[in-house]
Amino acid sequence: MSQSTISAEKKRTPRENWMFFMAFVRKEFYHISRDRMTMLILLVMPILMLVLFGYALNTEVKNSKIAVYDPSHDDVTRAIIEKLQINNYFVLHKMLKSPDEVDKCFKSGEVAMIIVFSENFYENLLHGGHAQIQLLADGSDPNTASTITAYATNIIAGYQQDLLKMDKIPYQITPEIKLLYNPSMVAAYNFVPGVMGMIILLICAMMTSVSIAREKENGTMEILLVSPMKPLYVILSKAVPYFFLSIVNLFTILVVSVFVMGVPIAGSFFWLIVLSLLYIFVSLALGLLISSVVNTQMAAMLISAMGLMMPVMLLSGMLFPSENMPLFLQLIGDTIPAKWYIEAVKKIMIKGLGVGAILNELAILSVMAVALISISLRNFKIRLE
Amino acid sequence: MILKYLIEKEFKQIKRNKFLSRLVFLFPFMMLAVLPQAANFEVKDINLCVMDNNHTTYSQRLVQKIAASDYFHITTISTDYRQALKSIELDKSDIILEIPGTFEQDLIRNQAANVMISANAVNGMKGGLGSSYLAGILAEYNSEIRVELMPITAKITQSGIDITKIFRFNPELKYKYMMVPAIMVMLLTMICGFLPAFNIVSEKENGTIEQMNVTPVNKFILILSKLIPYWVIGFIVLNICFGVAWLFYGMWPKGSLLTIYLFASVHVLSISGLGLVISNYAKTLQQAMFMAFFIIITFIFMSGLYTPVDNMPQWAQYISDISPLKYFIRVMRLVYLKGSSTADLIKPFLTLCGFAVVFNSWAVFSYRKSSN
Repeated sequence: MSQSTISAEKKRTPRENWMFFMAFVRKEFYHISRDRMTMLILLVMPILMLVLFGYALNTEVKNSKIAVYDPSHDDVTRAIIEKLQINNYFVLHKMLKSPDEVDKCFKSGEVAMIIVFSENFYENLLHGGHAQIQLLADGSDPNTASTITAYATNIIAGYQQDLLKMDKIPYQITPEIKLLYNPSMVAAYNFVPGVMGMIILLICAMMTSVSIAREKENGTMEILLVSPMKPLYVILSKAVPYFFLSIVNLFTILVVSVFVMGVPIAGSFFWLIVLSLLYIFVSLALGLLISSVVNTQMAAMLISAMGLMMPVMLLSGMLFPSENMPLFLQLIGDTIPAKWYIEAVKKIMIKGLGVGAILNELAILSVMAVALISISLRNFKIRLE
Repeated sequence: MILKYLIEKEFKQIKRNKFLSRLVFLFPFMMLAVLPQAANFEVKDINLCVMDNNHTTYSQRLVQKIAASDYFHITTISTDYRQALKSIELDKSDIILEIPGTFEQDLIRNQAANVMISANAVNGMKGGLGSSYLAGILAEYNSEIRVELMPITAKITQSGIDITKIFRFNPELKYKYMMVPAIMVMLLTMICGFLPAFNIVSEKENGTIEQMNVTPVNKFILILSKLIPYWVIGFIVLNICFGVAWLFYGMWPKGSLLTIYLFASVHVLSISGLGLVISNYAKTLQQAMFMAFFIIITFIFMSGLYTPVDNMPQWAQYISDISPLKYFIRVMRLVYLKGSSTADLIKPFLTLCGFAVVFNSWAVFSYRKSSN
């Protein structure tokens, strides 16, 4: 049997080889298109994920619920409480009747901050010159806590300046602040490239790894491997349809991020596509690698979904800036393709830089692609045990 | 009685799958030990590019003051704005501080000077906070100078309202205290959500479900026998998490362990129930996987795990209401950090119970013994 396949291989012309390959690709297309449900999920899921996560991820703190304990109840304290609520940063959730309620309020998790005024606030301010405000913030969310205490401090200080009627302060240094690339500080500019990177990587890796593992599990992989095609082409033919599916996904993702999320493509569209195609290829290759080491669909899925999801979310810089991580985690992060893709997408889409700025990322992703493909090919057991 | 045998069967199936049994023990351990260290939104170590066009004692003192602060590292010194911008493009610096050539002159003679701060705001939070830190240092420097130049008048401008900031429950504002309890919930949800989602459908693919369907066992018992093993797995995972949190992060719940067990048992029940619902509807394992993946990742992102639910637009907050993770993560943080008791948490408890009842009755009803 094996003797005859080898001899058959020698006789085939490149044209015939190509036709064989296309037949395999066509078979794969049939596989996908006949499972309507899966195809629908694969095409719709990325769009929904991008829209949902793009809006849900927002570090801009607003509408924080506060409680106030105000024993003095005078014009100044009332004015401060009102002033705090003007800019939608704070929503007054509750007025506390006694300081004992503070703990209970925090323990039920109702409010993010409790403001405590000292007694006889106005009078002390007027005569003694000093009055106290305590900002008790719930430190269990550090970002919110530090942001809202800073907001509140600024608002109270601003109110005080109004109160003292100081217009011109001598020897004043004024900073003129310019926010580059994202003047209105839209959180989506930061998170949409990250969500794009995550969606493409996870879905590509899941699709390829599961579909090959499925053939292994059903035993049909054996049939493919005894065909006169070289194993390399058998495996590549499995990736081709998913490559096309991913291109469709890429375009819908870009359309949604530009027209729904309002994230601009400031730089070259051409290089964004080149970069993304390379990234899709790397992600598919990662899927191939996973499928070469597992034998069941369940293992393929658990590794590609669960095993990849957490490192991609946490280590790629998609949510948390890499420079905040301990060095060994930064190094692990460097091995995740999503990290380089996300960085490059930010440079092209948002900063509007040219291809010169992403050469580094392109080179790293290319090396990853070659490495992943060659490792997974070596891992594939061509012979059946 | 039949339930006992059915559960025994499920456990044997899980135990014989070497990959699964290793996953249950190793996955939570590895993920929880490593990943929370990466989760940090803190803005620090900001790289600064300085363009001092003035070169006087006043401008140099300002630069020194900034260099001495904890937040900033001066990485680039430049004389040309284009060159400075280049350093931002290449991510070598995050903020440019430009001191104009007439700085000292403006400050002393005209009593008012400007400096320019240009921040990279792709990450809006980092750009915004970074430039406001810088503005804060500038203001401090400003009042120092004012005191030197006019000691008497300066006093008036000092504050009459004393503001004290107190950060309760996490005085050093460490991110790990926020992330560890939440990541525990995430791990629990992934393991107890994915595995049941594959359960029934893989029996469908293997054809073994037919054997179950011809037995007189009723649907309710059957679903129950599939739920209980995941419940047990959930407890194993949870206990591993407690251990890792204590060993690696020195965290132990301030509240009672029993409160967490109580909530966890309801949460696992509802998530596994949802997994079984997916499994009932899916025709192939592949479909079940993609559906489970989509639902679980959506639950995770909408739960307020990474950024607070309050920051989301209103419509997204409504969606977050249907994520059981939202409630359990909140409870977990409350019990771990603040020591809340069950009495403080009646509302989320009832909500989680609601999820458990809905998902599990849905699982029973959607299970079909006869094929149409």
